[in-house]
Amino acid sequence: MSEQVDSHDQKDKSQQTQKRMIGEHFDKLARAKEDGKKVVYTFVPGNVTELLGALDLLPVLPEINALQSGMRKRSAGYIAEAEKAGHSEDVCTYVKCDVGMQKSGNIGPTGTKLPDPDLLLLSYTGCFTFMKWFEILKQEYNCPVVMLHVPYQTEGNITPEMRDYVTSQLERNVIPALEKVAGKKLDRDALAHRMQLSAKAEEDLVAVWESAKHRPSPIDGYFGGVYYVGPIFSSFRGSEDAVTYYRELREEVEQRVREGRGPMTPDGEQKQEKYRLVVEGPPNWTSFHDFWRMFSKEGATVVSSTYTRVGGLYDTGFRHDYRRPIDSLADYCLGCYTNLGLPTRLDLLERYIKDYQADGFLVNSVKSCNSFSVGQLLMLRKLEERTGVPGGFIESDLVDPRYFGKANIENRIQSFLQVLEARRGKGPGDPLPKRSEGKRALTLIDDQKAGGLP
Amino acid sequence: MTDPAFALVERAHSIVDDRKLSTVAHWKDNHLGGLAIGHMPIYVPRPLIEAIGCLPVALFGGGDAIDIIRGDSYFQSYICHIPRSTVELALSGDFDALDGVLFPSICDVIRNLGGMWRMLFPKAYTAYVDLPQNFDRDIGGKFYVLEMRRIARELQERGAQPLDPDALRECIALENERRAVIAELDALRRAEPWRVKASEAYLIVRAGGAMETKSHTLLLREFITAVQQRTVRPIDNVRVVLVGSFCEQPPFALIRALEKSGCDIVDDDFQLGMRMIDGPIEIAEGEDPLDALARAYLDKGQETASRYIGDLIKGASLVRRVKECNADGVIFAAASFCDPALLDQPMIEAALTKASVPHTSFKFAENLGQFSVIREQAGAFSDAVKLWGAAS
Repeated sequence: MSEQVDSHDQKDKSQQTQKRMIGEHFDKLARAKEDGKKVVYTFVPGNVTELLGALDLLPVLPEINALQSGMRKRSAGYIAEAEKAGHSEDVCTYVKCDVGMQKSGNIGPTGTKLPDPDLLLLSYTGCFTFMKWFEILKQEYNCPVVMLHVPYQTEGNITPEMRDYVTSQLERNVIPALEKVAGKKLDRDALAHRMQLSAKAEEDLVAVWESAKHRPSPIDGYFGGVYYVGPIFSSFRGSEDAVTYYRELREEVEQRVREGRGPMTPDGEQKQEKYRLVVEGPPNWTSFHDFWRMFSKEGATVVSSTYTRVGGLYDTGFRHDYRRPIDSLADYCLGCYTNLGLPTRLDLLERYIKDYQADGFLVNSVKSCNSFSVGQLLMLRKLEERTGVPGGFIESDLVDPRYFGKANIENRIQSFLQVLEARRGKGPGDPLPKRSEGKRALTLIDDQKAGGLP
Repeated sequence: MTDPAFALVERAHSIVDDRKLSTVAHWKDNHLGGLAIGHMPIYVPRPLIEAIGCLPVALFGGGDAIDIIRGDSYFQSYICHIPRSTVELALSGDFDALDGVLFPSICDVIRNLGGMWRMLFPKAYTAYVDLPQNFDRDIGGKFYVLEMRRIARELQERGAQPLDPDALRECIALENERRAVIAELDALRRAEPWRVKASEAYLIVRAGGAMETKSHTLLLREFITAVQQRTVRPIDNVRVVLVGSFCEQPPFALIRALEKSGCDIVDDDFQLGMRMIDGPIEIAEGEDPLDALARAYLDKGQETASRYIGDLIKGASLVRRVKECNADGVIFAAASFCDPALLDQPMIEAALTKASVPHTSFKFAENLGQFSVIREQAGAFSDAVKLWGAAS
């Protein structure tokens, strides 16, 4: 999420800013022990970065380490290391990649050793595996853990009971545990200030997302989007740096809109927008650029995606609110994408398909993530019924290269785009071919007529 | 001589195999207006459901008895089996006797299955039971009480009786009675595993998932009385604790295969929901029984993969259980693709190794049809423990 597309000749200013921010953060982590800084490991969804920042604590995000290991082609070795130590081949590869990395010396993306945690901040938001992950890490590091259990938004709304449960934990468990590690009391004014900065960055990020409503879209809201969410999902929400980054990014994107330019890709600017897609599910990281090229070379732009909402859903109106900081942190945690019930996720996808005028939607179902994946085949059917827009389905994994079948995935994507091509000129009112119920749901009954899914 | 427990085991087996829920339909015929509320594993507060005049019905998928035709089309190949058979049964009309289903917060699969249920069966009552992972009475306890009140209120809107503290007290007392009899059965299994096979105890306990508590307690009592009348002789099997199967259940024949491989399963977590509260639910003088129900879950909930362990050491409670029931070793049997169990496995194995408890592990699916490899593995484990006191 935080590496840059480095194949362009000229980096945008925002990219340079992000690169500097990340470099400085990892420098701080490398010096943490000698500088006397305390380190807190935590997760992306439901992170409370403003609290950590206000207490001068340095966050480390194991998911980010895992995905970066995937992009740097290290994850296969780390996963093998974890499986050798007894971890099942069936379970989340982020966990195994992190465990393997830890067993291999815990070398971070910049080549320096990551400091051991002084505290594990377990934000149980939208993903049950997080809990198991930190139970495992607790045994590896023998350090304290503080749990923040975030209730699930089954009905798509936050009840006072849910908010009270989260704020009670924040006030009585999380903040005292963080203060103990930090060796100082939380400065509530500093927290409020950070939340003001968060809201500014969030405002600009939403403008970036919504720029994709233009034709051509100036951004890719999935492959490009994962770079855009890097700072706000990780260590920088609530910082001046994040405000600067998102202001610069917004300016650049708005400039692209004015110039009628398409998004940047691994091979430079995309010249033609043939297909506008919405994507559900995380990307594959081990072949990230190959995966991206499967779309960009066909002129397919992802105009919106759900993965880029796992660390915060801002385009439905939520902003961190400095006037009610703890309530607002609770609402943030409760509102992360995978903490929403499937009907709410379906509503959001439908909205994206309509608002961004998508020609189709694609589900990338990853083996590692039951939180995302269970229900996606039903969502596929329901979305087609509701929108009349064709859906595609591919399977891969987050960071285990054994589950990225390049030829198979590329065939599926090309076939899916052929379906979209065949439907050009037809409106959403034209019925889609029915999906089989008795076989795999991704099989269209009349594939041949539709242009054929494999 | 005829086995005095034969008819009881057969009766329990028929209830367990009753996937069309005819016993539930029969209950509804005799309780006009009563609601039958299904629930997925592991645990929901059954006394609460009974206190408002509903029949809680534990759902454990389709086992190895049904062909999955439609259910597979909703799940990717890397998802465990229980949601497939559960959807298959529901789409086939086998759950028509149910008025709603509760989905407790045990993993992402069961949680999302609840979301799918809402979309597949929009008219049915569907609720997610968000069990607390914070065990402070003023925080997690308060939240859990409100969760239970919400569920009672929503069911009342669908025809259940209003929540009455006296009715809840009575249902908690009945639950305590059942829990005590299950503990008696467990003790008997541990003392004389040749008198009560784990497979029999499994059926007798599991049958209660679709029965009123009072009737189940009666069945348990009758079974204990009957097995005490058996003429038996001790068998020198290896005593094992089996863990990892708390949600998706192994096929019944697999449990039998393990028994035939020379293992006496003296403790297990097959029907964890029935044993989730460790001991009775105690209601203090003047205490709201709902608070007591919450407090029991917080303070006396069994350690399992879906429950946050806090500052405890993973596997330590299992090592204690092994000692308490004088077991020779542990079999870790988890369902394929069961994230909670399989993520627990290395931690549990490390604890067992540290405590010098022999252990072995394998995976299963509820519809597994071939047991020869597992039987050989269990047999080799049993031999190794007998010969050397540890698995090789």
